[in-house]
Amino acid sequence: MTWKSRAARLIQIITLTSSLLVSWSALGAQDQPLSAVLQQLPVASFAEKQDLVHRLAQSGDPRARSVLAALLEGNLVARGADNHIYLLNPADGRLRDPISSEDAGVAAPEQLVKIGINNQLRKTLRVALAQFDLASPDSAIRLGAVKEMLRAPDAAVLAALRDRVPQETDASVRALMKSGLALADLDSEDAQKRLVAIEALSGSLNPDVFNRLKEMVEVRPDGSSAEPDATVRAAALRTLRSIENARTFYSSLQTLLFGFSQGSILVLAAIGLAITFGVMGVINMAHGELMMVGAYATYVVQQLMPDYLGASILVAIPVAFVVSGAVGVAIERGIVRFLYGRPLETLLATFGVSLLLQQAVRDIFTANNRSVVTPQWLSGSLEINEALAITYNHLYIIFFTFAVFFLLLLVLRHTRFGLEVRAVAQNRAMAKAMGIRTEWIDALTFGMGSGIAGMAGVALSQLTNVGPNLGQSYIVDSFMVVVFGGVGNLWGTQLGGNALGVVNKVLEPFSGAVLAKIFVLIFLILFIQRRPRGLFPQKGRAAEG
Amino acid sequence: MSRSGLLRSAFAKDPGGGLFLILLAATGLLVSLLYYVVPETSALHLSGYTVTLLAKYMSYAMLAIAVDLIWGYCGILSLGHGAFFALGGYAMGMYLMRAIGTRGVYGDPVLPDFMVFLNWKELPWFWHGFDQFWFALLMVLLVPGLLALIFGFFAFRSRVSGVYLSIITQALTYALMLAFFRNDMGFGGNNGFTDFKDIVGFSLQNPATRVVLFLCTTLALGASYWLCRRVVSSRFGRVIQAVRDAESRARFLGYKVESYKLWVFVFSAVLAGIAGALYVPQIGIINPSEFSPANSIEIVIWVAIGGRGTLYGAAAGAVFVNYAKTYFTAALPSFWLYVLGSLFILVTLFLPNGIVGAIAAIRQRGSK
Repeated sequence: MTWKSRAARLIQIITLTSSLLVSWSALGAQDQPLSAVLQQLPVASFAEKQDLVHRLAQSGDPRARSVLAALLEGNLVARGADNHIYLLNPADGRLRDPISSEDAGVAAPEQLVKIGINNQLRKTLRVALAQFDLASPDSAIRLGAVKEMLRAPDAAVLAALRDRVPQETDASVRALMKSGLALADLDSEDAQKRLVAIEALSGSLNPDVFNRLKEMVEVRPDGSSAEPDATVRAAALRTLRSIENARTFYSSLQTLLFGFSQGSILVLAAIGLAITFGVMGVINMAHGELMMVGAYATYVVQQLMPDYLGASILVAIPVAFVVSGAVGVAIERGIVRFLYGRPLETLLATFGVSLLLQQAVRDIFTANNRSVVTPQWLSGSLEINEALAITYNHLYIIFFTFAVFFLLLLVLRHTRFGLEVRAVAQNRAMAKAMGIRTEWIDALTFGMGSGIAGMAGVALSQLTNVGPNLGQSYIVDSFMVVVFGGVGNLWGTQLGGNALGVVNKVLEPFSGAVLAKIFVLIFLILFIQRRPRGLFPQKGRAAEG
Repeated sequence: MSRSGLLRSAFAKDPGGGLFLILLAATGLLVSLLYYVVPETSALHLSGYTVTLLAKYMSYAMLAIAVDLIWGYCGILSLGHGAFFALGGYAMGMYLMRAIGTRGVYGDPVLPDFMVFLNWKELPWFWHGFDQFWFALLMVLLVPGLLALIFGFFAFRSRVSGVYLSIITQALTYALMLAFFRNDMGFGGNNGFTDFKDIVGFSLQNPATRVVLFLCTTLALGASYWLCRRVVSSRFGRVIQAVRDAESRARFLGYKVESYKLWVFVFSAVLAGIAGALYVPQIGIINPSEFSPANSIEIVIWVAIGGRGTLYGAAAGAVFVNYAKTYFTAALPSFWLYVLGSLFILVTLFLPNGIVGAIAAIRQRGSK
């Protein structure tokens, strides 16, 4: 939120409270400073205004706050006729008396003189407003106020902050106050004070603190350093080290989270494959293109409902499932069923399908990338603390993957359809003898795997460009995940995908993204040599096929 | 036995192969004559473009024979053979880059242009020796061969087979593609190598050089066919076919299946490397897209269309598909992927033995 909109919201709140206050507090002695200041404002120079603003701020009068806010927004006007100060409502042009809060009607614009401010005043005003906000009952407003005040910490601001600390109830606001104060204390002449400040700063994740401490202990070429006192320097070094540790911890946590998120994408791409490849023994090279179809389905859904972008993604999930699933069933009925038991031929035929789908998409949507809009609720990021933040789309993908995964497990374990799928996978002839329509099950299983690929496409549309080559870049990776996890084992796929995602992200800072990927591929090639059947190999009869 | 007797007996054993070799020899002679001897003003004159195109088809045919040897005869479906082809091509490309010498844009006597551009100060260690033609030729054989040896050693020893092998060969070529796309690998990044000037002192633009290179390609294609034919009709060849048909049974009979697979894989990789080395100086460019997994799968479809397990069928398939590609990408560019995609599907569904198999079936039906 920008300070402007924040200020605007504050004005609303404060106007309300101030009008309430006025209703019971009679116009009395405390109006004196306020009205005196207001009289002087129209004629004061910038330097004098500076002084007036300070007086207003120190009055502690809630009505002064609305005056200050209006002044900052440029809505404080003097009426030409009587040089009286009014608050101007820019929306409807009505004037309001700042002291009595009474409506003063409208005035022609040429009758009004805006009270001008300059940049320095603007800064003072912001700090003054922040001081007012420190008393707000809303902790988010107080946090914003503290941040605002710490941007330009002079003696007055610091004194105000220091006064507030004991009264502050919210832990995060309090922590911010303390670290801000401590940071200011680092400039103190008194070594003891600096020492205390350094102790107070340990555990702070604020980058300013880190840089400031680093500056203190840095050894200059002549051997001296910014901090003259050796004890303080040692303490600073200790604190610096603890901060460094904390930062390393959080950044590895962040890497881990992003790794999980990347792994989730792989899992999402691979569980569809794990079904067609693992359960049915069919290599579907068009799997990536089914993801692409899902991504384009998202794009089309979004084009169809431009007014409901937020909901369009949710609508796209079932749509993509159905569209990709239908394409999958068509592939199975049209091609794959003639090639059961000939995996290498299936591989080639489905590669042909992938070429057809790619070109079809190119002809329908052109070869250019289509942009899928990220809805409001998926953009931005969740800031856990100053060293740890994760973007919402990455976070939601982790949840989404788990949801899809467990739904799939549920379907396979606890429905009649799932039972039949497993029966056909284990022993086709026996299942057929028991009255299961194996052909029907084959088509539906393939359709389900394809549908999941479509849903993966919806997730991908939020992360990368939607283009005809979308699928190709994921197909090798998702095959590797299935093979790594162990064919026919969904848990293996889940674990394998996440492990690969995390390893990839951990390697990235050392070697760069491309090299990390190469390392992972080499590792996998070696791994498959050691364990040709993956992490969790199938056992028993099914493994021999 | 007289020479003609030898030829006749070979022909009787392998009529398709005989026809292939005769056609090949005829093409080689005719093309050289029409291009080099017939004057440009004549209607019969072949353009340099056509010769280059034919040379491209021939190196692809050689690559297809290499793939057919392992897929058609040993059941190893490699989806990464393009990598060996590209490695051979890169080895040759490195020689050609060094041979440019001071004629590059930056005129550096040692460093190729892209290194000067990247502000490199000295030649990376693996570029040393490539100023010698013999060394480059050695590397054309050694690099793909060694990679196949190491990769195959691990893969076959741990009995990775079937689709698993296909997938990891695909991962291999994918990893190599990513690696070669990197600028700091020292192989020119995504631009690869191009702007070659000459080979062993002869300008690549010179028609005589082109004819010699074309004839070399023809010879190499013929020789690799002949070699592969020798391999598959030898005792070794019968063992690898046994491995293809019943791997466990061959193992129980006491054959070291892993070694057989390994050697045929290495041999095939070396052939692919040579094909790549012949391709690069004539086409004039090599870049990392040669490593792309899709390229390698396309090779397999050449073999499948021609007819796997016949060698000459694979070569014919390569020429056929690539001719179709040349035609369609010029006439109906957006149509080509539909054609290729449909080929993949239709051939696997309806022509499991390819064109050669279909012709044989028709003839068999005719003779009944």
